[in-house]
Amino acid sequence: MSEVNIKKIDWLSVFILSILIALGLGNIFSSSQIYLLDSVFSFNPFTKQLFFAIISVFIFFFVQILSINFFLKYSSILYILSILSLIGLFVFGNEVNGALAWYKINGFSIQPSEFAKPITALALAKYLSDINSNIKTIKTQFYSFLIILIPITLIILQPDPGTIIIFLSFILVFYKIGLPSIYMNLFVGFIILFFATILLTPKNVILFIIASMIIFLFLNKKNKKVVKKTFIYGLIFSVFVFSVDFIFNNIFEERHRNRFNIVMGIKQDNQGIGYNTNQSRIAFASGGLTGEGFLKGSQTRGNFVPEQHTDYIFSTVGEEWGFLGASFIILLYTFLMLRITKRAELQRNLFSKIYSYSAVTIIFSHFFINIGMVIGLVPTIGIPLPFLSYGGSSLMAFVLLFSIYIKLDSERTSKW
Amino acid sequence: MKNKFLPFLIVTTSIIFILRLFWVQIININDVKLSNKNSVEKIYNYPERGYIFDRNNKLLVENEPFYDLMIVPSKLKSIDTIEFCKILKIDKKLFIDKIKKAKNYSRIKPSVFLSQISKKDYAILQEKLWKYEGFSVTKKSNRNYLLNSASNILGYISEVNDYEIKDDSYYESGELIGRQGIEKAYEEKLRGVKGVSYFQKDNFNRITGRYKDGIYDTIFKPAKDINLTIDVDLQIYGDSLMINKFGSIIAIEPESGEILSLINAPNFDPNLLIGRNRSKNYIKLKNDTIGKPLFDRGLQGQYPPGSTFKLINGLIALEENIITSNTKISCNEGHYYSKNRFMRCHCEPGTSNDLNKAIYNSCNTYFATIYKNTLNKYSSSKEGMNNWKNHVESFGLGNYLGYDHPLGRPGLIPDAKYYDKWYPNNRWRAATTISNGIGQGEILTTPIQLANITAIIANRGWYKTPHLVKKISNDSINSKFLDKKHTSIKSVHYEKIINGMFDVIEKGTAQNSKIKGIEIAGKTGTAENFIKINGKRSQLTDHSIFIGFAPKENPKIAIAVFIENGYWGTRWAAPIASLMMEKYLKKEVKRKYLENYILNGNLMEEYLKPYTKNNFSINE
Repeated sequence: MSEVNIKKIDWLSVFILSILIALGLGNIFSSSQIYLLDSVFSFNPFTKQLFFAIISVFIFFFVQILSINFFLKYSSILYILSILSLIGLFVFGNEVNGALAWYKINGFSIQPSEFAKPITALALAKYLSDINSNIKTIKTQFYSFLIILIPITLIILQPDPGTIIIFLSFILVFYKIGLPSIYMNLFVGFIILFFATILLTPKNVILFIIASMIIFLFLNKKNKKVVKKTFIYGLIFSVFVFSVDFIFNNIFEERHRNRFNIVMGIKQDNQGIGYNTNQSRIAFASGGLTGEGFLKGSQTRGNFVPEQHTDYIFSTVGEEWGFLGASFIILLYTFLMLRITKRAELQRNLFSKIYSYSAVTIIFSHFFINIGMVIGLVPTIGIPLPFLSYGGSSLMAFVLLFSIYIKLDSERTSKW
Repeated sequence: MKNKFLPFLIVTTSIIFILRLFWVQIININDVKLSNKNSVEKIYNYPERGYIFDRNNKLLVENEPFYDLMIVPSKLKSIDTIEFCKILKIDKKLFIDKIKKAKNYSRIKPSVFLSQISKKDYAILQEKLWKYEGFSVTKKSNRNYLLNSASNILGYISEVNDYEIKDDSYYESGELIGRQGIEKAYEEKLRGVKGVSYFQKDNFNRITGRYKDGIYDTIFKPAKDINLTIDVDLQIYGDSLMINKFGSIIAIEPESGEILSLINAPNFDPNLLIGRNRSKNYIKLKNDTIGKPLFDRGLQGQYPPGSTFKLINGLIALEENIITSNTKISCNEGHYYSKNRFMRCHCEPGTSNDLNKAIYNSCNTYFATIYKNTLNKYSSSKEGMNNWKNHVESFGLGNYLGYDHPLGRPGLIPDAKYYDKWYPNNRWRAATTISNGIGQGEILTTPIQLANITAIIANRGWYKTPHLVKKISNDSINSKFLDKKHTSIKSVHYEKIINGMFDVIEKGTAQNSKIKGIEIAGKTGTAENFIKINGKRSQLTDHSIFIGFAPKENPKIAIAVFIENGYWGTRWAAPIASLMMEKYLKKEVKRKYLENYILNGNLMEEYLKPYTKNNFSINE
């Protein structure tokens, strides 16, 4: 136990976070009207979320009274516990929506993969801040990747593709602290080529790669190193394009392909898999500039967007609060993420710095995938919107993630 | 770069998201129509479909309400089943079945329990409906055709099909659309524009209130009533004359182009094509391959015009200065129109015909010769042919007439190109096409085109496009029906032809069609009739044709009559036309002997010949 330094707590971030949670509660209330028809006091998404929000307040203050050494000391043990809880799912877990991801205790469900996110962030921060670690060495790279690959493997088995992508986003943290850019180049290249291959044909993409290689070689014909590099990249990317084509057409199932095809406009399907995307489009359109007003969203009240209080919560924001409300929430997130990034830069303690980067990355990847999906820019991938979406595990895990950051940040200037 | 990398990613993403929101919420919202919004229930208010009257304001078509009994299973309470079944005249088993069916469909959405309840049953049910919770009645409306006539003119309405829904955003599944005849041609006037009210729904389809207090709601625009140009008394009289005959009678008021009657025989009761038995009846009508009641002979039948066409050739020859009314041409039971080619005629040997006589005796030699001379006036037969064709086309032949009925055929007037195809390398001359001179050969016309020609002659050289609608309430008819169209023939030439036509009745081929006190001008025609039976071309009895107008001065009615397989024009077509004229001009037919002859006339045996006998004789 240590002294809580109230004055050094980043109260502005806490305030923004509180606004987000409050807005989330409001929209969950609005979108679960259908459950409130019977009784306001019965267990319904709103009362449950309210309950978890109150617990979250305790989590926040509990974290603040812990000492930083607690996190340094116990991050490995927490990590192992977290992995065990993921393994335990295969014995004690319950399947919900086709994923074996939940423990059910007395009517409450707990999703251990949510808690694995902040805990993995702690473990990575602990490992990478160690004096013996250097992300530029193969050994450190190997262990770093291992730390994220263990939970990824366990989550693949559930399976829960959204959460896998969240864990993959730790690569951004590695890059940030010095992972050679070749990894990042390949990573970004792969993402671009993946979509290009689906949109265009593999043949065209290969032609494009060869063309860019020729131009690149022509510009750097005197630099032998670049020539060699260009060929290596060209070869890797070409092989990737063919394997994407193969995976997309032979290994992906129809439903996976459809999700990509709908987002990329290759295919239109407003009744089947595209139903969510389309309903959400309608909700946004009917919101217009200023929205239909709290509790007045016609799509929201009709409960037409499936999962509208969980993954699709942002569509109710769009309908009831309109373009202005939705943009306001995006700006809140942006401000919060930029603020955490900026304060992470100021951290002199490597453990705190890496943890803070991880926190931003986790929030950002949720923000990117969730809102991108709801407004139809990203394929349908089921992950919650931090702080807003309904879900006890998700809310508590995000508050935990955030509280640890606040704690580490509050001790930025103190020696320890 | 690595320092700025995370903020860059965050800011870029946010900008893209906000731009996307701007696109989805502000710019591109029309993409997502209100109708696609399934949280909104659209309820339409339909105006009553317009009534149809004849030219004398006699009501022909009205709307008849019928009632569907609807059920919402979740609202059902225990009811007196026996009484209920008794009112509806159903047994208990059917009652239970229907409720089961409704429950299978939906417990909370209304579905039809019993459709098309009669007015009488509804009256009894209405009083007791309050006792039966969960049941309600929706009123719908159907067409009611008051007369068993004019089905070919009126057409019918039925539910829109998928193509129409796709083509026209106005229509939605289950709505009615004019399918044929006036119902189709004047669909937009007759239907009006439906109004719409929006209601808020939840995802169980329960209506929870008005959508945005009804700011998007619209009121319907009422439909328009229509007056046809048809004189329904004349139409029905024509129907009776056509009993046991196949063919068409078309009467036009020359001065206005208004169609007074458009009779297609055999006809059918228009009420067959409404209500629950529509498709069954339609198939029955469609399968009548002998009578073909759905085939409108007057508008769709393309036949050679026969001798009636001689009038056109006479007019063209006059215009081209090939003949004057005094030009005489001799006929010896026909003539050689080229080396070794003889065309027969019924004129006695040594007859010499001027124009007048040639018309009332319908001399083949005379008209074949002047046709040939008309073409040969030009240096090449090509030029001659095309010049002739231009004249003919100014009579509205060889193309769709442009009247306001969806059915029609263009007919055929051949030109030089047409013969070039059959006789390449200039191997054809005027004589090759000689049959055109007497209205046989390649020429095809529809009976309404013939009626229009008659109106043109009656008007001495112009016509207004024939049409079926005289008046639209609070609206005007299409202005194209008011324009005079002139033929390429000078007005003076018509008098010469009309004199000949007058003599057709007075002393020529149609003396049986005189009416005391009315001067009639007309022309008989007999068209050869070939059909294919089992792939073999065979000849049937000629079609009987007559065109004529009356009175000769200030004509009030122009008629074309076409009787399939009726043989001479004199035998059926001319008397029928004269009876129609008498009926229209005098309101009463005094020539009972002629009327009875026609009413009792039966050609059914003639029509069945090709189907029943292997070897049959024709033109008896």
